[in-house]
Amino acid sequence: MADYKRPASEEDFHQNFAQKKPLMNDTEAYLESSRCLFCFDAPCVTACPTGIDIPLFIKQISSGNTEGAAKTIFDQNWFGNACGKVCPTKVLCEGACVYNHQDVKPIDIGRLQTYATDSVISSGKTLFKPGASNGRKVAIIGAGPAGISCACELRTLGYEVDIFESKEKPSGLTLYGTAPYKITNEEVLAEIEYLENSLGFNIHYNSTISTKEQIEELQSNYDAIFLGVGLGPTAKLDIPGIDLKNVEGAVEFVEELRMKQHEVTVPDRVIVLGGGNTAMDAASETSRMGAESVILAYRRSKEQMGGYSFEYDLAVSAGAKGLFNVQPVRIVGTDKVEGVEFIRTEQKNGKLEYVSGSEFILECELVIKATGQAKMAPFFDLIDGLELDSGNRVIVDSESFQTTNPFFFAGGDSVNGGAEVVNGAHDGKAAAHGIEAWLNSQNS
Amino acid sequence: MADLSINFAGIKAPNPFWLASAPPTNSGYQIMKAFEAGWGGAVWKTLGVPVVNVSSRYGSTDYRGSRMVGFNNIELISDRPLADNLKEIEEVKKYFPDHAVIASLMVESKAEWHQIIKDCENAGADGLELNFGCPHGMCERGMGSAVGQEPEVLKTIVEWVMEVATVPVITKLSPNISHITDPGLASVQGGTDAISLVNTFKSIVGINLDNYAPYPDVGGAGSNGGYCGPAVKPIALNMVRELASHLQIKGTPISGIGGIETWRDVVEYLLLGASSVQVCTSVMHYGFGIVREIEAGVLQFMDDKGYDTIYDFVGKALPNVKEWKDLNLNHKVVATIDEEKCIGCELCYIACEDGAHQAIGLSGDPGNRTPYIIDDNCVGCNLCSLVCPVQDCITMDRRDDGKAEITWAERMANNDVPTTFNDSRAGGLGHYVPEPSLALKKNQK
Ligand SMILES: Cc1cc2nc3c(=O)[nH]c(=O)nc-3n(C[C@H](O)[C@H](O)[C@H](O)COP(=O)(O)OP(=O)(O)OC[C@H]3O[C@@H](n4cnc5c(N)ncnc54)[C@H](O)[C@@H]3O)c2cc1C
Ligand SMILES: Cc1cc2nc3c(=O)[nH]c(=O)nc-3n(C[C@H](O)[C@H](O)[C@H](O)COP(=O)(O)O)c2cc1C
Ligand code: SF4
Ligand code: SF4
Ligand code: SF4
Repeated sequence: MADYKRPASEEDFHQNFAQKKPLMNDTEAYLESSRCLFCFDAPCVTACPTGIDIPLFIKQISSGNTEGAAKTIFDQNWFGNACGKVCPTKVLCEGACVYNHQDVKPIDIGRLQTYATDSVISSGKTLFKPGASNGRKVAIIGAGPAGISCACELRTLGYEVDIFESKEKPSGLTLYGTAPYKITNEEVLAEIEYLENSLGFNIHYNSTISTKEQIEELQSNYDAIFLGVGLGPTAKLDIPGIDLKNVEGAVEFVEELRMKQHEVTVPDRVIVLGGGNTAMDAASETSRMGAESVILAYRRSKEQMGGYSFEYDLAVSAGAKGLFNVQPVRIVGTDKVEGVEFIRTEQKNGKLEYVSGSEFILECELVIKATGQAKMAPFFDLIDGLELDSGNRVIVDSESFQTTNPFFFAGGDSVNGGAEVVNGAHDGKAAAHGIEAWLNSQNS
Repeated sequence: MADLSINFAGIKAPNPFWLASAPPTNSGYQIMKAFEAGWGGAVWKTLGVPVVNVSSRYGSTDYRGSRMVGFNNIELISDRPLADNLKEIEEVKKYFPDHAVIASLMVESKAEWHQIIKDCENAGADGLELNFGCPHGMCERGMGSAVGQEPEVLKTIVEWVMEVATVPVITKLSPNISHITDPGLASVQGGTDAISLVNTFKSIVGINLDNYAPYPDVGGAGSNGGYCGPAVKPIALNMVRELASHLQIKGTPISGIGGIETWRDVVEYLLLGASSVQVCTSVMHYGFGIVREIEAGVLQFMDDKGYDTIYDFVGKALPNVKEWKDLNLNHKVVATIDEEKCIGCELCYIACEDGAHQAIGLSGDPGNRTPYIIDDNCVGCNLCSLVCPVQDCITMDRRDDGKAEITWAERMANNDVPTTFNDSRAGGLGHYVPEPSLALKKNQK
């Protein structure tokens, strides 16, 4: 079990959050790329939500055409560099690599992908140009993976694109959400800057779209609108004491961590509530920030957690402990949090039941709620005729990503309910073609 | 973007990436699939005299983790009925009028040659390729390499062909010969429009250690096969170069064949004078899909260098392939080890120590496994940099000032060459060589 000291400087921070997938050097890339079998109808490609031609880009690396490899990757996925680092490759491409069937280490696809794209991002060599202007304009709300991917693709098709973004920086949860040991802020921003320099879309920062008037104005100034707004803040948890100081939402905690890094102070004892990947991340992160005790409390069993088991293992290896079958009933404390009262649970006939009289209190100085993100239903109410499903996800056509109001297209977390960067990248790109097809059909 | 289209001796194709006459071009089905995938032309599996084939036909040379770095076969020419092949040529041309479909031929008598040429032209073939290559089976019947190895016979057959052919004729050469320029020149004298090479090399890829039969094993026995694949590329490249720079042959378009798998291989063939290439083994290994790596890479290369068509760089390396006597004897490189990158395998040390010039030393300190170069002893042979497993760890740095150049030919003209065995002008005289007895004293690893 790793024992992390509180980071006192930026350097300490980077040490505690050392990259899980560091950039490959040339020797690693040469040897690893030469292992790829160039499978036919390769399962790794099928497993990639953006369908990157993996055997092709790996062969390009091994034949000395790293730039061509970068092009192959960006051709399918505008977040190719970030995805190489943040994708859960074990359950995607690398999990599907045929080598697994002979217990041979699968090809390190993610790191090869980042290696190839990094070469052009750091040299600044542009591989893509905007298409000849077609006179059409699209507004995009949200500069996350979905929004930016849609913008890039639209630019190659000759559209003018304006992105409206609430925050000060681009890329949504890629920057504000993913764990700092997966990708650094600099790496995230370098890719976006590279794309902006190549393709020239406009991002208007600190520009939240929150009124019906704003929406109507966009409708009159643009030919179509893409919604890449993602999900909202951490969902409310309705238990007594939840409003005490030092009870934070996971998404908010990670955002502060990514922006302030070593300046964030994490107290000695932390309880993280939840069983999804965000909970695993928060547990890993607080451990790396030097907390002495980090408890990951989940109301069901370990096997029922929604998070990937490798993310749980990572949290445990950083020092967190799992506590299962416990339901928080009350946050204890007067002004600040002093602990959490739990009740034990058990599974009976497929139902979760409380074990009466099993209540107990665990002391702590920080509670992180990783109980899911709220949906953006209030925002979607601003748009006439836009329908949501029972889970408050935007309903879209699965190919064109057109919503029930034909002027609006949507993709990413707001449509899938919360997935990965790579899904946003796929949806945004596909939606660009949906927009193109729809506008073409309007004109003809 | 660069234009890949070519006009090869009158045969037009959207790109220079062709399939060689072999199993991948056995049928119209395969060739149509290949054209769909991006290949610009295909030389049909050789048509001709009726044959039968054996079962168990291929053998492979694997090297460490890599399969099929060399590949051999004892397969004969097409064993499908000629009429079926002709019908399919016609059909492929209907779907792909702009792609190159070339009929490869191998028959015996003049009358047979004339007949099959007429049949193929009627079917719509864009060109003909004369297969004088197979070094197994067909040669026992007086065809294939039996012709390729006899320049006079080859010339006669090319002449028979040229009497009647109305589409461009490519003569495919066998590499199983001392001087490739002999059959090359014979084909030009016979009137061929173009040359392709190489066909396969006579080979045995291995022996079964239980029944002592060579691979591929046909019931406890085998035959010599024809060798191809990545392993033969260097030999084929040089043969292409020899033809492309031969005074009476250059000018005749060359289709380069042998070990091509990546864009880089293609570019190298073109730089040495080929103006189309043909691929067999790597397609047999990975399928038609490899053309997407080849095409993307060649285009990238052309864009980077600013070439509009392949003709902007075909043969561009030829002037740099000189005779040894015209190389600059003052050019001097010395190895340098990047200590930051070195992983301490000491392969460079032992390679130089046992296999070259004793110009690398070890620190003697168990904590420091990074070898060092003894500059004075280093002759600049490259060996250490070739064995080093780390990319760009050992580099060969230039040490002469690059000003005064002198070649052996010039020194000959100046009467400044060593003439006796102990002449002080001999190259190795000043070099350090350890005393033989040191071999026994030194604490050798
Ligand atoms: C803690 C955490 C860790 C994660 N870790 C990973 C990981 O390791 N790997 C991975 O692949 N994925 C990870 N994800 C998921 C991934 O980040 C998201 O799936 C992805 O970013 C979704 O992209 P998006 O474009 O749909 O939305 P977002 O990334 O959420 O972007 C939406 C953008 O829209 C802006 N916006 C919203 N409303 C408005 C408005 N009204 N006006 C203007 N702008 C607006 C937001 O500010 C934001 O920038 C993680 C998510 C979280 C929460
Ligand atoms: C199985 C096999 C069958 C072949 N049959 C023919 C043939 O019928 N006619 C011919 O001209 N060459 C034939 N060849 C030779 C190839 O066309 C080609 O010249 C050779 O394989 C070198 O190219 P490569 O290294 O890309 O394989 C054959 C090669 C193989 C491996
Ligand atoms: S499955 Fe594995 S070996 Fe096959 S192409 Fe994909 S990465 Fe390469
Ligand atoms: S590749 Fe295998 S299955 Fe196909 S013909 Fe040859 S031996 Fe048979
Ligand atoms: S071969 Fe390369 S890595 Fe190995 S000891 Fe020599 S310099 Fe170092």
